[in-house]
Amino acid sequence: MDLFEYQGKQYFARYDIPVSPGGPADTVDEAVKEANQAGYPVVVKAQVQVGGRGKAGGIKLADNEAEVREHAGNILGMDIKGHTVNRLWVEKASDIEDEYYASFTLDRAAKKHLLMLSAEGGVEIEAVAESNPDAIVKLHIDPVDGLDLEVARQSCIKAKLPETAVDGAAEILVKLYRCYTEGDCDLAEINPLILKPTGEVHALDAKVTLDNSAAYRHPEWEAFAATEVLDDREQMAKEKGLQYIGLDGSVGIIANGAGLAMSTLDVVNQVGGTAANFLDIGGGANADVMAGALEVINFDENVVSILINIFGGITRGEEVAKGIVEAMSRVDLRAPIVIRLDGTNAEEGRQILLDAGIPQEKLRSEPTMLEAALAAVSTANA
Amino acid sequence: MAIFVNENTKVVVQGLTGGQGRYHGLRNRDYGTNVVGGVTPGKGGQDVDGIPVFDSVTEAVEATGADASFVAVPPKFASGAILEAAEAGIAFVVCITEGIPAQDEAMTYNVLVRNHPGTRLLGPNCPGVISPGKCNIGITAGEIAQNPTADGPNVGIVSRSGTLTYQALYELKQAGIGVSTCVGIGGDPVPGTNFIDCLERFQSDPETHAIMMIGEIGGSAEEEAAAFIDANVTKPMAAYIAGVTAPPGKKMGHAGAIVSGGKGTAQGKMLALSEAGVKVGVNPTEAGELMTEIIRELS
Repeated sequence: MDLFEYQGKQYFARYDIPVSPGGPADTVDEAVKEANQAGYPVVVKAQVQVGGRGKAGGIKLADNEAEVREHAGNILGMDIKGHTVNRLWVEKASDIEDEYYASFTLDRAAKKHLLMLSAEGGVEIEAVAESNPDAIVKLHIDPVDGLDLEVARQSCIKAKLPETAVDGAAEILVKLYRCYTEGDCDLAEINPLILKPTGEVHALDAKVTLDNSAAYRHPEWEAFAATEVLDDREQMAKEKGLQYIGLDGSVGIIANGAGLAMSTLDVVNQVGGTAANFLDIGGGANADVMAGALEVINFDENVVSILINIFGGITRGEEVAKGIVEAMSRVDLRAPIVIRLDGTNAEEGRQILLDAGIPQEKLRSEPTMLEAALAAVSTANA
Repeated sequence: MAIFVNENTKVVVQGLTGGQGRYHGLRNRDYGTNVVGGVTPGKGGQDVDGIPVFDSVTEAVEATGADASFVAVPPKFASGAILEAAEAGIAFVVCITEGIPAQDEAMTYNVLVRNHPGTRLLGPNCPGVISPGKCNIGITAGEIAQNPTADGPNVGIVSRSGTLTYQALYELKQAGIGVSTCVGIGGDPVPGTNFIDCLERFQSDPETHAIMMIGEIGGSAEEEAAAFIDANVTKPMAAYIAGVTAPPGKKMGHAGAIVSGGKGTAQGKMLALSEAGVKVGVNPTEAGELMTEIIRELS
């Protein structure tokens, strides 16, 4: 789950990472209230999960209440690269002496945590990696050892942070590492990490991705989940507990297993079609799960045909077929289904589908994944 | 021969008294696997369909001589269970649990590397391992796997995906091709066993004559495997990579299946494998056909 900047800053604050005083605002009046509380000048920042907010006019400096009203009014409702601004973050403006970059992620190849630190902050780290890779210090951290202050200090020195910033930055690194590990982040990034003329170091931005698998031990994430940016289809799938990702195509996809679902998308694409979604219904494919999946697919107006791709392992073909027949009796589908049922007892399963008396134009069976994809795509593209 | 597990492997199921553990543990036993015990703290002395249950892995090992463990417990207990098995001296731990936090996985992996170098972890979030006709640990349906023949040629399978693995097993069975061992390494970001660990063993396993590899988007494990293959694997290989059309920045069902910052794409992985001399199919069926051709040439 990706957090908005204001949520990231709230999360940072839990781990004592210094951020500017401020608060979220959904209206112009709320923005004024937050600005008055923080003290002028303030920065009014659009809360959208996309880069380039500043260039798009989504970040403005305001010296007084009138300017806050003007900017907040302009930014709220603004469209930034397809993201509508529904919320602002208003914080006290900071004097900036210098800007740095710091982040923690998991390096999957090394199977260790990775600190990336650079004296060139405030720009996209990918750009720095390309133009001046030596400006990024990378440090692998064994989770068993963790990160101590001295190692953090050495990294700051290696990254050529000025002497005045080293102590403050190192302290923040240790706190950010704690936030990343104890806070179960996939990514914890500060860009820019700023040095103020007064010598203090603090986080001017926050980019945090939380690991959904750890939600069970973070009741405080519930507030974040409530604002997660999902389209209507994804929201519906989430409520039904389905592994669903909305896409733009016209073939609705249901498969069992993440690998098979991904593979189904690929095959649809190979034969000239476009997938409307990714949907993994998992190992079992009972009637309830199948009905829920079909409801979500049916809700998507772009779907012209549906491709169900099931490989029976432990789940037997006849159980899957019964589930589909029952699900179809519960959901009134707009689009026709093509099913590929293979694996354990697939023939018995196909017989059950045949015996159910569902008209061929509503449900047909194809023996292979490729043939099923061809049939579904030809309907969708007709 | 086979790799990792064989007819002599003695398995203890951690979580045998739970729903998943009981279901799969008994299925594994019915397949012919030596399931010698179960572990559930507080339930020592009971039995599950005749399989004795112990309070700890250490007790189970002392009583049964188990050398492998099957971890089938919920995410919040999985790391503890894996480490308990390692501390009891278990050499091979299979963890099927899905949804373990990445931080726990990274920690567990590094603790194993540092403190328990004698223990190999397979998974988490994996279907397990099957050496057909000998031993099946995990959730693979044993009946879709073809037993290897004494003279071969047999195929060794290594895969990041569950259902695609079953599909590969099934297709090989339809073609009458035997499988030495099929290893599901799982779809999580920090797998205990990676492609290279398996490729290395398949290369030196006399019962394996060709290798099938199934990868997916995310991370760089396939690229690293390609470099290894180029330098070390002489047995013919076919491969398939899922996720060519996956949108960037989205976790495609598996926690580890994500294209981020232009890295981890299926295209890059397919190219790396092709350059290492692997025959890469554009869909699972084609990969299966490529493998059938390889076997025909070896026969």
